[in-house]
Amino acid sequence: MPPRSQLWLLAALALAGVVSAFSGRLDSYVLDVAMGVGINIVLAVSLNLINGFTGQFSLGHAGFMAVGAYTSAMLTTTLGTKLGGSPALLQWVLFPASLLLGGLLAALAGLAVGAPSLRLKGDYLAIVTLGFGEIIKVVLQNVDAVGGARGLIGVPAYTDLFWTFGAAAVTVYAVWGLLNSAYGRGFLAVADDEVAAEAMGLDTTRYKITAFVVGSFFAGVAGGLYAHLKGYLNPGGFDFNKSIEIVVMVILGGMGRHVGVIIAAVLLGVLSETLRSFGDYRMIIYSLLLIVLMLTRPQGLFIWPLWKKKST
Amino acid sequence: MPPLLQLDRVTIRFGGLTAVSEVSATVDERELVGLIGPNGAGKTTLFNMVTGVYQPTAGSIAFDGLPTEGLRPFDLTARGIARTFQNIRLFPSLTVFDNVRVAFHLHLRHDATHSLTRGRKFQTEETELRERTRDLLGIFGLERVQDEPAKSLPYGDQRRLEIVRALATRPKLLLLDEPAAGMNPAEKVELMKLIQFIQEKFKLAILLVEHDMKVVMGICQRIHVLEYGRKIAEGTPAEIRADPAVIAAYLGQEHG
Repeated sequence: MPPRSQLWLLAALALAGVVSAFSGRLDSYVLDVAMGVGINIVLAVSLNLINGFTGQFSLGHAGFMAVGAYTSAMLTTTLGTKLGGSPALLQWVLFPASLLLGGLLAALAGLAVGAPSLRLKGDYLAIVTLGFGEIIKVVLQNVDAVGGARGLIGVPAYTDLFWTFGAAAVTVYAVWGLLNSAYGRGFLAVADDEVAAEAMGLDTTRYKITAFVVGSFFAGVAGGLYAHLKGYLNPGGFDFNKSIEIVVMVILGGMGRHVGVIIAAVLLGVLSETLRSFGDYRMIIYSLLLIVLMLTRPQGLFIWPLWKKKST
Repeated sequence: MPPLLQLDRVTIRFGGLTAVSEVSATVDERELVGLIGPNGAGKTTLFNMVTGVYQPTAGSIAFDGLPTEGLRPFDLTARGIARTFQNIRLFPSLTVFDNVRVAFHLHLRHDATHSLTRGRKFQTEETELRERTRDLLGIFGLERVQDEPAKSLPYGDQRRLEIVRALATRPKLLLLDEPAAGMNPAEKVELMKLIQFIQEKFKLAILLVEHDMKVVMGICQRIHVLEYGRKIAEGTPAEIRADPAVIAAYLGQEHG
């Protein structure tokens, strides 16, 4: 009998599969928004592991997303035509493999960025990750092999409801599982008091790097999903604003809360779409909403005793 | 048998300031040793060198027969040194239960991958650990508040929880940094009983930094006295009480 958390994961995957099978009946616009929401969940939950639960502050999530997006898109566009094969085979074998590779490369980038900067205490990580995000963007803009500033076109549309919500379910499971053990409580301890955590025998640097690498991995997977949803990649899409958007989801949901952050990811995804009809005023309304929310509920939108942490 | 902790002419300088100078001292296994001295004598600095927070500028420290040079605090905790802090440092947002559970982790085999696969061995280990955490909390009467966040506990309970958390790492040597600070006389009597109880029950050595003479004189078997970073005396409580250098340090020198 597998543990209950794994049964939940299987149930979520099955549900995603069933809903996906009937997605043909959905309005294509609604479908598009729904898939965007799924990707949002992957991004927000993975960043929550770094910024919320482990108490570090990364401002480069979009950069890791870009690494994953370009890696997986390059793989499917170049290999896809060479391999030939049936479209179904490509979608069910090549695509997940490309997502995995995108995630792994993003994780590797996370290790390269995190290993030196996470040894330091304080805000260094925010500055280093901010720089990393910009570097990735500029590099992508100048490498012709990936389309340069014009962007990468013709990415096959493999992303569907199953893959987005499947990935979201796996992300939630992974972050939850990582935290819900005696080992995992160490992440929260590092966030609370690093000096005390060291004194209790926790290798705080290792914990911080682990959180950062796992978070970057899922950012990379989200990037791959995004690439095969839009069919087109533009380096400008992975700029500082995108990173901030993900940070906002985590803050609104309540740093270090599981359910709140998922709700925030859904809400902000839907909100930015509904506000589209306001045209140029969209970003003004969006910012105003954020300011009001931050003033009235700085601890996060979705915190009430219902979700008080328990030691289960 | 060599002493459990051995300081050999330990010195540390911060710029031009010599905070601790050529201090030699020992703590034997299962011994309760006091470390006293006026404010600024270098007691906490010495603590921080023993626990790996600072590296000595000169001299050496050996624990359990092995030098501790270059080891970080978590390495030393793994080798059997646990501590509490002068200003309580719990994990405030974690529950009382999780504060202790985290400290237990040191002796587990599982890590990130096992938390994800959650196999049978992981689950038995986790259950066992939960039981051990509950038992330990029970010994100190903290099981009733185990689901409360640590920051919501009253001051005395926070002090107690910090000691319990240190014990969960299964130390051979427990360093207590001014555990009586901020306590009233009745609480201090309780604390003295608690420290003696811990030493007997868990069979460990305790090094106690304390300002309160009653506490130190009441329970310590041996006392080291520091003044201006130097060791000025060592002995039993009775010897320390009669030592002219100690009296001078605490009450001032008599002139003429």
